[in-house]
Amino acid sequence: MTAVRVGFPRILLGLGYAFLYAPIALLVIYSFNESRLVTVWGGFSTRWYGEVLANERIVDAAWLSLSIAAMSATVAVLLGTPAGFALARFGRFSGRTVFAGLLAAPLVMPEVITGLSLLLLFVGLEESIGWPNERGMATIVIAHVSFTMPYVAIVVQARLAGFDRNLEEAALDLGARPLAVLRSITLPLTAPAIVAGWLLSFTLSFDDLVIASFVTGPGATTLPMLIFSSVRLGLSPQINALATMMLVAVSLCLVVAAWMMGRRQTVSS
Amino acid sequence: MSGRHRTLAIAAPFAWMLTFFVAPLAIVLKISFSESTAERPPYAPLFEMGTDGGIAFQPSVSAYLLLLSDSLYFYAFLGSLRIAAVSTFVCLLIGLPMAYAIARSRPERRNLLVLLVMLPFWTSFLIRVYAWMALLKPTGILNNVLISLGLVDEPLPLMNNDFAVHLGIVYSYLPFMVLPIYAALEKMDWTLVEAAADLGCRPLRTFFAVTTPLCWHGIAAGSLLVFIPAAGEFVIPDLLGGPDTLMVGRVLWTEFFINRDWPAAAALTIAMLSVLLLPILAFQRMGVDTDRP
Repeated sequence: MTAVRVGFPRILLGLGYAFLYAPIALLVIYSFNESRLVTVWGGFSTRWYGEVLANERIVDAAWLSLSIAAMSATVAVLLGTPAGFALARFGRFSGRTVFAGLLAAPLVMPEVITGLSLLLLFVGLEESIGWPNERGMATIVIAHVSFTMPYVAIVVQARLAGFDRNLEEAALDLGARPLAVLRSITLPLTAPAIVAGWLLSFTLSFDDLVIASFVTGPGATTLPMLIFSSVRLGLSPQINALATMMLVAVSLCLVVAAWMMGRRQTVSS
Repeated sequence: MSGRHRTLAIAAPFAWMLTFFVAPLAIVLKISFSESTAERPPYAPLFEMGTDGGIAFQPSVSAYLLLLSDSLYFYAFLGSLRIAAVSTFVCLLIGLPMAYAIARSRPERRNLLVLLVMLPFWTSFLIRVYAWMALLKPTGILNNVLISLGLVDEPLPLMNNDFAVHLGIVYSYLPFMVLPIYAALEKMDWTLVEAAADLGCRPLRTFFAVTTPLCWHGIAAGSLLVFIPAAGEFVIPDLLGGPDTLMVGRVLWTEFFINRDWPAAAALTIAMLSVLLLPILAFQRMGVDTDRP
C-alpha cells in the first residue's frame, strides 16, 4: 500500500526532472560537437569554446552584462534589505498594504510592460530635465533594480520571519543599544538572505533580454541581446559553447552560495 | 530601531518604486492618449502651449480606436489568454505531483530536490528556450532520432507552431508552479491525510479531497506566477512560435520596435494591464495576506 502511494508520485518526479534537465544536457553535449551543424554529431571538439573566447563582440557584451548585473544587484540589496525589514518587523505601519502590493506587483508584471513603461519614463525625463541624455548602462541598471529589488525584499523578509526574535530581545534586555543589536545579531543572521538576494538579483539581471532591449541605447548591447539576435538567425555552435560556459558559471556560484549559507548557519545557530 | 531609521527604511524603497514602477505606468497611460507622429520621440505632446499663453489639453483616442479597428489585436489577446491558461493547467498537472513527491520524500533529501527544481530557474531563460530549438527543429535532435529509428519518414513539424509555444512556456515556468505548492504542502498538517487513510479513504481520493484543498493557497500562487507572465510572454512565441502564433507581448514588441507606433504600443500596454489587473491584484492580495506579521 505504502509502496503504491509513494511510487506513483516518485515516478512522476523522476520524469519531471528528466523533462527539466534533458534539453540542457543535450545542449551541453552538442557544444563539444566538431560539426558546424549543431544537431548533427561530427566528433568531439572544443573548437567552439576557443572561437567564443576569441569573439570580441561576445566578450565585450559579457563584460557589460556582468557589470550591469553586479551594480544593479548591489543597489537592489541596499534598497531591498530595508524593505524586507519593514515588511517583517515594523508591524502594521500605515500604508503597509500599498507598500507590500508595490513590492509584489513587479514579480508578476510581464516584462514587455515593465520595459516599455520605463523607456517612456526615460524619454519623458530626457525631454523635460535633459537626463538621461543617452540611454545605455545607467538606464539598464535602474530598470534592473526596479524588478529585482522586490526579490531581495521577499528573501530577506522570509529569513527574518523564520528566526528567533528572542535573541534580539535578550540582547536589548541586557542593555545592548538597538544599533549594536542590529549590527551584531540581526545583520549576521540575515546575511545568508542578503547574499542569496544579491545572487538572485545578479542572475535575473544577467539573464534579462526584454527589459534591457527597451531601455538600452545604441552603444550598449548586453549578452542576452547578442544571443537573441544570433539565435533568431538560427542555431550556432558558438552559442552552445557560450551557453555551456554560462551554465557552469551559474552552477559554481550556486554551489559556493549554498556552501557559504550552510557554513554561516552552523556558526550562527 | 529609532523612528528616523524606520522611516528611511520604508521611504527609500518606497520612493524608488514610485519613481521607477508607478510613474512609468502613469506615463504609459498618458502617451496612450497621444497622437502618433513621425518626430522623435514619435508621439504628439498631450498638453500644448496655446498662442494665448494657455495650456491646451488635447487627448486623442486614436490609438485605442486603432486597437478596436483591427481584429488582429483582439485575436492576440485571445491567443495570449488561451495559451497562458492551457500552459498554466499543464504546469499544474506536472507541478502538483512533483511538489507532492518532494514534500513526501525524506526530510534530509528535500533541500536537494528543491534545489534541483530551482537550478533551471537560475540558468538563463534564453538558453533554455534555445535548448528546445535544437531539439524541435525540422533538422533537430528529436527529428533526427525519429528518422534514424525509422519511426517517421519526414521530419515532424514540432517547431514554429502553438505546440512549441505551449511546451516552451510549460518548461520555462514549471519551477514557479512547483515551489509555492511545495511550500504550502510542507506547512500542511499531514495528520489529516493519515486520518483520512485510517478511515479507509483511498490514496487518490485523499489527495483530491484532503491534500489539494489544504494546499489551495500554493496552487493559486503558483498558477498566478505562471499565468500572468506567460500571458505577456515575448521571447517564447518569437523563437518557438510560428508566423500565425498571435500573442499580445509579441504584437506589442512589433508595434514598438518595427512599426515605431508608440501611442499604439502604450494603448496595448494599458489594455494588457486592464486584462491582467484582476489576476495581478489577486496575487498582491495573497502576498499581503500571507506576509501579515
